[in-house]
Amino acid sequence: MPIKIAVLAKQVIDPEMPMAAFRVDSESKKVDTPATIPPVVNGFDENAVEAALQIKDSQEATVTVISSGTEFALDVMKKPLSMGADELVLLQDQAFGNTIDSFVTAQLLAAAVRKLDGFDLVICGRQASDWDNAQVPLGVAEILGFSCISLGKKVEVKDGKVVVERITSDGYEVVEAPLPAVVTVSNELGQPRYPTLRGIMAATRKLPTIWTAADLDVETDQLQPRLSLLDLFVPERIQQCEIIEGEDAADAGRQLALKLREAKLI
Amino acid sequence: MADESGVLVLGDVAAGDLSLTSLELLAAGRGLADSLGQELAIGVFGATLDQPSSQAISHGADKVYAVTHPLLADYQVDVQLVAMEALVKEANPSIVLVARTNQGRELAPRLAFRLGVGLAQDCLEVSVDASSGKLLANRPVYGGNAVAVVSCNYSPQVAAIRPKAYEPLEADASRQGQVVSFPVEIDASQVRCQVVETVKEEAEGIKLEDARVVVSGGRGLGGPEPFSALEDLAKQLGGAVGASRAAVDSGWVPSSYQVGLTGKTITPDLYITVAISGASQHMAGCSGAKVIVAINKDSEANILREARYAVVGDWEQVIPAFAEAVRELVQE
Repeated sequence: MPIKIAVLAKQVIDPEMPMAAFRVDSESKKVDTPATIPPVVNGFDENAVEAALQIKDSQEATVTVISSGTEFALDVMKKPLSMGADELVLLQDQAFGNTIDSFVTAQLLAAAVRKLDGFDLVICGRQASDWDNAQVPLGVAEILGFSCISLGKKVEVKDGKVVVERITSDGYEVVEAPLPAVVTVSNELGQPRYPTLRGIMAATRKLPTIWTAADLDVETDQLQPRLSLLDLFVPERIQQCEIIEGEDAADAGRQLALKLREAKLI
Repeated sequence: MADESGVLVLGDVAAGDLSLTSLELLAAGRGLADSLGQELAIGVFGATLDQPSSQAISHGADKVYAVTHPLLADYQVDVQLVAMEALVKEANPSIVLVARTNQGRELAPRLAFRLGVGLAQDCLEVSVDASSGKLLANRPVYGGNAVAVVSCNYSPQVAAIRPKAYEPLEADASRQGQVVSFPVEIDASQVRCQVVETVKEEAEGIKLEDARVVVSGGRGLGGPEPFSALEDLAKQLGGAVGASRAAVDSGWVPSSYQVGLTGKTITPDLYITVAISGASQHMAGCSGAKVIVAINKDSEANILREARYAVVGDWEQVIPAFAEAVRELVQE
């Protein structure tokens, strides 16, 4: 039996966009993005795709990418397919707003995983670069009753178990858990592979499965937002920077040391 | 549940003592409990808990739940969650605080989902809204480019607090509090995750998160070799070396060096950044530094908007001269 892997991926505002272009509309409590800056697949979710494909490189496996949102840039969301994933499932509904509430998003994604049935492993990025909530994958594990290991930098499947190198504050630990399992991965997993030309060609021919709220079996109570967003603003920066000058760069370095001494910092 | 009352901090014990992040949570929780005019309780988990219990009281707790079970002696996520959920149901608080440590990153969301409530994640500030009596949480979002103010629609209201966002209260041995023993039932079959090996990759010397001076290097260093110069400089200053994510992703230093949103949070007195552009995701880990110094050749780099002092120049020229001058000054 091939190992059945789901990757949960989110479309986000490009976090590499110039900071000068970052604006918040306090009225709607949303981040305004200029139309010229296309969205991207959340960076950690690309790491998750890479982790799934590494498993597929070494053993028989299928990789299904699942995403939830109100609207999608299809060429962007097809990137995991062009990297080598097999299928794309989009949960698309005006009700699936990109909110600060991870609870509802986890219910939708868990319902999709349940409906597609039979997954051994769900791999996710550790957090999304928009709301930085780092909650959805752990919530999916709780809802489905799967084992859960977070912050992986290496993911393998052996003898019906998932084996993960999990990042700790002073190194890493090797953790094992029975399948089915949810694993979150971090950038330490390494650079995601580039799409190949063949992958891009194959991805253009693939059509995503699209489900709306009506296709998903979630209790109404579970779709009630658990959090309210009261305000969203850009914090003010008040720091005045003193540029230390010198005859040349080396002299400026010496002047810096003197300045720090004067300020009793060294 | 109804009639929820009070603030419950979920603490943890490190080498027999109540952890520093737990003391920080008590400071945050004390403020909330005083605003509400309600009790501040803390749960501590382990096999023997006398020492951490008395530390909790002298640092602000009115009540300590000593949650005991042999399986709690060493941290194991599945077991810890069972104990925490049982305690929250027993204590029935209005607000639950968890530290967003590496363990808290997995505990807090999973606990909130088990309770069927929301989690205000990675908060820098928590307060009580005077009119509604509800928890207000300020949390950085979009990599720190924006701040969201959130409230919880369900009870208990759960918040994860970023380490070092609060200073512990001064210990006061005259403070009085009650210690309640709360033995939990844990079924060993609830253990799913097994740690089979632990690998340390931390640099020797002062721990990055405890250092008063930190010297960090970034993408602009161009390779792993320049980090030895930063190590020397840090040693002169009695500090530790950190790095940006770019330097970690390039494999120049282990991930335990990383300062930032997904790395360590540091609050040194002096933070010297070398060839770091200062993306908001990096600043999220060091914005609590008292003084930031930037050495960067790009006068437009974001780090110059965050730094108190900066040298605009090539680190290859600046660092040797700076290090030499530091050596002379420190030896004086």
